[in-house]
Amino acid sequence: MLLRHTPKEVMEREALTINPAKTCQPIGAMYAALGVHKCLPHSHGSQGCCAYHRSALTRHYKEPVMAATSSFTEGASVFGGQANLLQAISNIFQIYDPDVIAAHTTCLSETIGDDLPQIVAKADAEGKIPPGKIVVHASTPSYVGSHVIGFSNMVTSFVKQLAETTGISEEKINIIPGWVEPSDMAEIKRICAEMGIKITLLPDTDGVLNTPQTGKYEMYPTGGTKVRDIIGMGDNQFTIGLGKVASMPAARALDAKCKVPCDTINLPIGLRATDEFIDKLRTVAGVTVPESIQTERGQLLDVMTDMSQYFYGKKVAMFGDPDHLLSLAQFFDDLGMQVKHVVTGTPGKKFEKRMQDILGDKEYNLKSGANADMFLLHQWIKNEPVDLLVGNTYGKYMSRDEDIPLLRVGFPIYDRVGHQYFPTIGYRGALRMLEKILDIFMSRQDRDAKEESFELVM
Amino acid sequence: MAENILVKAIDPNDVKEEILKKYPAKVARKRAKQIIVNKVEKNNDVPEIQANVRTIPGIITMRGCSYAGCKGVVLGPTRDIVHITHGPIGCGFYSWLTRRNQTRPRSDSDPNFMTYSFSTDMQEDQIIFGGEKKLKQAIEEAIQLFNPKAIDIFSTCPVGLIGDDVHAVAREMEKKYPHINIFGFSCEGYKGVSQSAGHHIANNKVFTEVVGLNDTPKEGEFRVNLLGEYNIGGDAFEIERIFEKCGITLHSTFSGNSTYDEFTSAHTADLNLIMCHRSINYMADMMEKKYGIPWIKVNFIGADSTAKSLMKIAKYFEDEELTNRIKKVVDEELAAIKDVREDVRSRTEGKLAMLFVGGSRAHHYQDLFKEMGMPTISAGYEFAHRDDYEGRKVLPDIKVDADSRNIEELEVEPDETRFQPRLTDDRKKELIEKGYQLNNDYDGMMTEMENNTLVIDDLNHHEMEVLIDTYHPAIFCAGIKEKYVVQKYGIPMKQLHSYDYSGPYAGFVGAVNFYKEIDRMVNCKVWSFIEAPWEKSPELTAKYAYL
Repeated sequence: MLLRHTPKEVMEREALTINPAKTCQPIGAMYAALGVHKCLPHSHGSQGCCAYHRSALTRHYKEPVMAATSSFTEGASVFGGQANLLQAISNIFQIYDPDVIAAHTTCLSETIGDDLPQIVAKADAEGKIPPGKIVVHASTPSYVGSHVIGFSNMVTSFVKQLAETTGISEEKINIIPGWVEPSDMAEIKRICAEMGIKITLLPDTDGVLNTPQTGKYEMYPTGGTKVRDIIGMGDNQFTIGLGKVASMPAARALDAKCKVPCDTINLPIGLRATDEFIDKLRTVAGVTVPESIQTERGQLLDVMTDMSQYFYGKKVAMFGDPDHLLSLAQFFDDLGMQVKHVVTGTPGKKFEKRMQDILGDKEYNLKSGANADMFLLHQWIKNEPVDLLVGNTYGKYMSRDEDIPLLRVGFPIYDRVGHQYFPTIGYRGALRMLEKILDIFMSRQDRDAKEESFELVM
Repeated sequence: MAENILVKAIDPNDVKEEILKKYPAKVARKRAKQIIVNKVEKNNDVPEIQANVRTIPGIITMRGCSYAGCKGVVLGPTRDIVHITHGPIGCGFYSWLTRRNQTRPRSDSDPNFMTYSFSTDMQEDQIIFGGEKKLKQAIEEAIQLFNPKAIDIFSTCPVGLIGDDVHAVAREMEKKYPHINIFGFSCEGYKGVSQSAGHHIANNKVFTEVVGLNDTPKEGEFRVNLLGEYNIGGDAFEIERIFEKCGITLHSTFSGNSTYDEFTSAHTADLNLIMCHRSINYMADMMEKKYGIPWIKVNFIGADSTAKSLMKIAKYFEDEELTNRIKKVVDEELAAIKDVREDVRSRTEGKLAMLFVGGSRAHHYQDLFKEMGMPTISAGYEFAHRDDYEGRKVLPDIKVDADSRNIEELEVEPDETRFQPRLTDDRKKELIEKGYQLNNDYDGMMTEMENNTLVIDDLNHHEMEVLIDTYHPAIFCAGIKEKYVVQKYGIPMKQLHSYDYSGPYAGFVGAVNFYKEIDRMVNCKVWSFIEAPWEKSPELTAKYAYL
């Protein structure tokens, strides 16, 4: 057994996290910053942070992930990292020539109290930021929240530090997509184009972390939200945030700064969450839902109704990020599946309440926040086995030990490709997910069926 | 290399200049000392290279941190120690199973914690009020759940800054649970200038807290420890196979496929073999000083290198039966791979390789490429020191700067009762007179590289781009962060940290795996489709014929 030391009996733990269901803030900040055009993320901390984050994102996307570091030494940790960051800013603009540097903190620079706004102001005063170039900064202490919060903080920083109001409003809508894949961001753009709605999507990693093989390396690929579009967000009509944990802070910050009204809805994963998204788009932009989107919805529902027998009653265990888990739970519940165990390492007071709103009085285990980990999830599964495990690549150890199939959703996915190119959100994404789940269940049935009940038609 | 006309036309000094041109003056001055055009003199002298110095802030470097070197590299591969990361969640998360250290428990019930990540997941409260209490509680919980033989604690950046004393916590908890060896590492990420500091910190603590606890030697003849072999992709398994066939008793490996118990009695072995000189030479030196175990440098990467290293072991023991057995194994194994090698070589001969990795692999893997007729036009280490480049003879000349001074250098004295020189002075003298390379004779990488090759320490993104643009190598070797940058250029990139999820590449079986892998990479059709048909002849010659 790969996880041979995990006992069935659950022992209360207060201090030891085993097999975490989250990682730290800075990687989220790095991911968000990659979704801005010609932006180089910068990690203000030890080299290891930057190396680890770049490695993790690279393994997940199989794409170049560029970021710089302040390369703290012991001296910098004692005397403060100001000199390191000032030097880094000069070097980065001269050597790598980005339009934007998006600097985020780490547990190291937060613990010693480095003041990023002050250091960036100093860099500016000293002429270290060339004309037309920008340095955005975000506070992302690793000992608070999780990677999702780091993502949220960086997106919020972009909005707060760049968006402006000119008084001339634009017929455009802002969408904050949450921590979703480049394919999902592409899907949001496609859906909006299909509905005839102009949007600014921030961030947008489509065209950055799913680039083609051309034989030419581009340090700054064509994708990413343009700086002028981020500035212009303050003049747009409305902001839709997708996923409350990842997107609400940025949507609200824009409202506070530029008086752009906003609403944050569920991440559009599954039928009903996508319905909510489309309906929100329709009402905010004042458009009619086009036939093509109706068809996509109908096709999804067609598979849900036609193949219902394969989903109904199946038990699911899930781990991952709160915004994803809520929409997934809704989708699975709508399919007649039973959500049995839910774990997220990301803290959030409202998560449990929101899950209860979806699952009602059904029986399920749920834990969120710093003490919630995959070790506990595994123990729950040992006590009440499930038919499907949903989560990131690290689920494969449980999956093999317990012989429960794993549907890979979330971050990180180190051992499969597809998430870069094919969406999970929208009706199309939901259809793809159903195809995968059906494939999983039907392959199992084919594998396990007695010879006489081996089915040709399913 | 001289055969390659293209390369002959390139002056490496021009390449260096091209690289430096883009830098601010201060950066250029520093990097100039770390980019060296190789020249091997008759007495094996090579130009001085600056290494193990700070990376300049803002530079996109390959390097990681001290924690990664300590937990990730040296201790991580040991399966039956509960490794607790004391800090916020990230460090424990990223070092969780990502290094591919394979391990093979002896039975289904043998302890194996490799698949687990343990962390104190420090929160803001602990940053403000201290994390020692939580760490103690975490150790309590680990003991209640797993009752392991040993627990080690790895400090992340904030731990040192807020003043948590992991060593005091370890001592206190060990007092409470005397049957469990509990020890900590002050391997905060900001220590030193790279992973290298973490290696040293790991060596020190394992030496003082673990090695020497059990004086019962493993049974068998010709008992060796293999140091600096981490069993990535199963390399150690292949070396274990070869040793067994030769009748060499492998006492313990530091630390691929290793167990805690093997470490405790490692000081009873007859000889230490060093694979990765950079990460583990401290341990070898300290074991020699305290217990009298000599060490020799070996390299099991490459079939010829493996054969050479095995013969080196034979010569050391000077036992006729052992020597005959080793000769037989070498002959057999080399004969078995000859055809594959020749076949592959017919397709790889003359193709250029570049290697930028680690503190040993950039050297070792040149041997494998040589066996395929592929010259290494440029190479460098990520975190090595001058001795890994220029040979150990430069050790007395290495200036210790402030960053290195912070890493403790242990004062080791011969053990009062257990110091037992494995070699008499006469025998040592005899070996050295015969040209045998004992401890201080590791010659480093540069002495084995051709003249006019470019040796670059701590290569960064910009420099990599210039190298690729200039030389268009057939293959580039580095790590995951570099992988897809290189491949976007249309050039295959081989990861030499993780082996691209394949391997083993060590020993004889590994050599064949590597020949075939490189053959696939440099000759596979997939790279030939980058240009679409319409890009090859973009002019339109006719409209639809039927119009």
